[in-house]
Amino acid sequence: MANPILKLIAQRIALGLLLLLAVSVLIFAGTQILPGDVAQSILGQSATPQALANLRQELGLNDPAYIRYFRWLGGVLTGDLGTALSSRQDIAHAIGGRLWNTLFLAFWAAIVSIPLAIILGLLAVRYRNGWIDKTISGLALASTSLPEFFVGYLLVYFFAVKWQIFPGISTVYDGMPFLERMKAIALPATALTLVVLAHMMRMTRAAILNVMQSAYIETAELKGLSPFEIIRKHAFPNAIAPIINVVMLNLAFLIVGVVVIEVIFVYPGMGQYLVDHVAKRDVPVVQAVGLIFAAVYIGLNIIADIAAIIANPRLRHPK
Amino acid sequence: MAKAPSDGSGPLLDIRNLRIEAKIYPPGEAPRTITLVHDVSLSLQKGKVLGLIGESGAGKSTIGLSSMAYGRGGVKITGGEIILNGRDIRKGGTQGIRALRGREVCYVAQSAAAAFNPAHRLMDQVVEASILHGVATRAEAEKRAVALFKKLSLPDPENIGQRFPHQVSGGQLQRVMTAMALCSEPDLIVFDEPTTALDVTTQIDVLAAIKEAIRDTGVAALYISHDLAVVAQVSDEIMVLRHGKLVEWGGTRQIIKEPRQEYTSALVSVHEIEHVEKKPGATPFLSVRNITAAYGGGKIKVLENVSVDILPGQTLAVVGESGSGKSTLARAITGLLPPEQGSITFAGRTLSNRLADRSRDDLRELQMIYQMADVAMNPRQTVGTIIGRPLEFYFGMGGTERDKRIAELLDKIEMGRAFADRYPAELSGGQKQRVCIARALAAKPRLIICDEVTSALDPLVANGILKLLLELQAEEGVAYLFITHDLATVKSIADSIAVMYRGEVVRYGPKSEVLKPPFDAYTDLLLSSVPEMEIGWLEKAIKGRRMESAGN
Repeated sequence: MANPILKLIAQRIALGLLLLLAVSVLIFAGTQILPGDVAQSILGQSATPQALANLRQELGLNDPAYIRYFRWLGGVLTGDLGTALSSRQDIAHAIGGRLWNTLFLAFWAAIVSIPLAIILGLLAVRYRNGWIDKTISGLALASTSLPEFFVGYLLVYFFAVKWQIFPGISTVYDGMPFLERMKAIALPATALTLVVLAHMMRMTRAAILNVMQSAYIETAELKGLSPFEIIRKHAFPNAIAPIINVVMLNLAFLIVGVVVIEVIFVYPGMGQYLVDHVAKRDVPVVQAVGLIFAAVYIGLNIIADIAAIIANPRLRHPK
Repeated sequence: MAKAPSDGSGPLLDIRNLRIEAKIYPPGEAPRTITLVHDVSLSLQKGKVLGLIGESGAGKSTIGLSSMAYGRGGVKITGGEIILNGRDIRKGGTQGIRALRGREVCYVAQSAAAAFNPAHRLMDQVVEASILHGVATRAEAEKRAVALFKKLSLPDPENIGQRFPHQVSGGQLQRVMTAMALCSEPDLIVFDEPTTALDVTTQIDVLAAIKEAIRDTGVAALYISHDLAVVAQVSDEIMVLRHGKLVEWGGTRQIIKEPRQEYTSALVSVHEIEHVEKKPGATPFLSVRNITAAYGGGKIKVLENVSVDILPGQTLAVVGESGSGKSTLARAITGLLPPEQGSITFAGRTLSNRLADRSRDDLRELQMIYQMADVAMNPRQTVGTIIGRPLEFYFGMGGTERDKRIAELLDKIEMGRAFADRYPAELSGGQKQRVCIARALAAKPRLIICDEVTSALDPLVANGILKLLLELQAEEGVAYLFITHDLATVKSIADSIAVMYRGEVVRYGPKSEVLKPPFDAYTDLLLSSVPEMEIGWLEKAIKGRRMESAGN
């Protein structure tokens, strides 16, 4: 009975992997097109031609591009992301801690923003076109319209400078106590919440309002259900697929789109790491981070697709 | 059953001078308030059934829903008293109204397929109101639901509740919805066209099930329908409504046998168009030979070895229930669904199976009219543009020549020339269908395929369309392929008939022969399922059946 679902899910996952492979080719090709020579940038302008040739030989830069691509891909698949040119450190090791930091921040921003967005969306539908709806929509719009760096500095100004409740710089280190860590990420997490809240809330509202036109909502009304029960029990389950979609898109943003916020709060996450190494022309690091970001995006979208499939009773329970 | 003070004496439902209004927002004008129901009064005793009948816009559903103090969209009850079980429900406030909905009054919608929530199992929805109002515990309510499923002769009553709406057929869903309404043991059920969306062969089963359930549970009912013959089977009394006003109210026998108002008589005699069958002498100009067609790359066979002929200036009616392949036959003839096998010859030459390979003249000779006239027209084009398009496309007409022809065509469909500048949204349903007919005629076709063209219309309006089609046939000599599920329509318009069942033609010939006994089992079922304006017809028809309907 679950066969059509399993087949659809397997299809999505296979497509996702294929897409990821295509993205890896793009990333590799893109970094190859960039001007400049890796050996030259490592050894500096004063390097002798002999030294350059030796290093190229050593790094395998003389091999054709496709061989280097497969060597890189093989390394990625076995967990070896290569060595950073600038620091000579193992990239996988350096990314490990930063990825954890980014996920930690994204997790807490999501824990606050997703339920809040859905509840506000439900409330907006319940009191649609009334002052509650208009206030929620207005505030949410305002918070999205403000650029995230502005929201970030606003928070720093009030909470860190004026009232001195939270630190303005989110330094975290290994072995930091949980509460300390939470205090450190309070401001960036709040900024991120404000950025993603409106999008999710408005999509929730629109998706549920769309369903509220259905005949079965009238059936529920004529059974004597209260307005909020109707929304929760009869409208929400049928609006779940578009809501999951927008939630996943925002989750992805929380992980890969936080560059600006991380820079503002000097938070040691992936975004900052990427920006640093783009500046240093550290191609292997840029490739590795790009691939991880792509994997996160594709992975979350696959989850959204699968959730939408599972949420559809016609697919879950075929005739 | 209810905790009402009025046991025994007064009526269960007493509506006095009901006035219902709605705010409408016409395009380009200021919003205004229109009155949908003008001071209508009615009363209903315990356990009795009152039929509400009238065409669309008569206010039937609006009055029915007012017994639950419910108005659809912007509809508001603005005047009168609605006394249920001895109290005016309009004075009960939101809480009071919510307490009676699903408890004292329940609702059965026209389309159960849309009225059930696709996300929940049927049982959860059936028992929801009973549990909400504290009528029964979940276990009790489920037990009662299973008993009701049994009474409504649903298959596998123990387990059907575990299914989702999409896993159950339309006729069965309609019965589950009736069970849902009965489950909380209400005093009154509002049936809002509960069989209209069903095939005629399924309708009779559902009708019988509803009638039996009403009798056995002693519940009172408002039965809303546009089909007088259907209402006559279940109602004790009938109320005829038009434009939100009462036309006539009386016992069922009186209404259908001795109508006092002219409008009621028109409703009673609506199906009677005399149409003399034309002689089948001439040679056919369109021959369909052994056509087999399938969807999904040959996986789902929908037409099997179908052969029919169409004679010049005559009408072939194709009848059958939904899924029998009627519309697919039309799609195959027009080339929209190229048949896998078989051939179509037209005026002596073989038509290419694929639409893209046909010449412009082939396209011109075959025109189509659809069931939904309003979605078959571009809402942003005027009537003149819509009718003028085939004139430009096929004949290269323009300017005054085209305008003259448009005016002629508007005259032919009995609409004034002034309509050329109107938009489809400004027209009534019947007028829209007339414009579609004019558009088809503009191409000067040899054959018009009419796909359920009267099914979405009120009976009297549909009658007007049928008369128009017959007149146009006499004037222009055009042939029709008339697809319908309604046998009364067939009798009015056909010269020959093809009865289809599960993709095959089971009976085919001139009208007089097809409608003459002895019948095959399916044609018999189809004919005996058409409601007749006669008290007691339902019981007789059920008794005389030889086979089960496919949708059951």
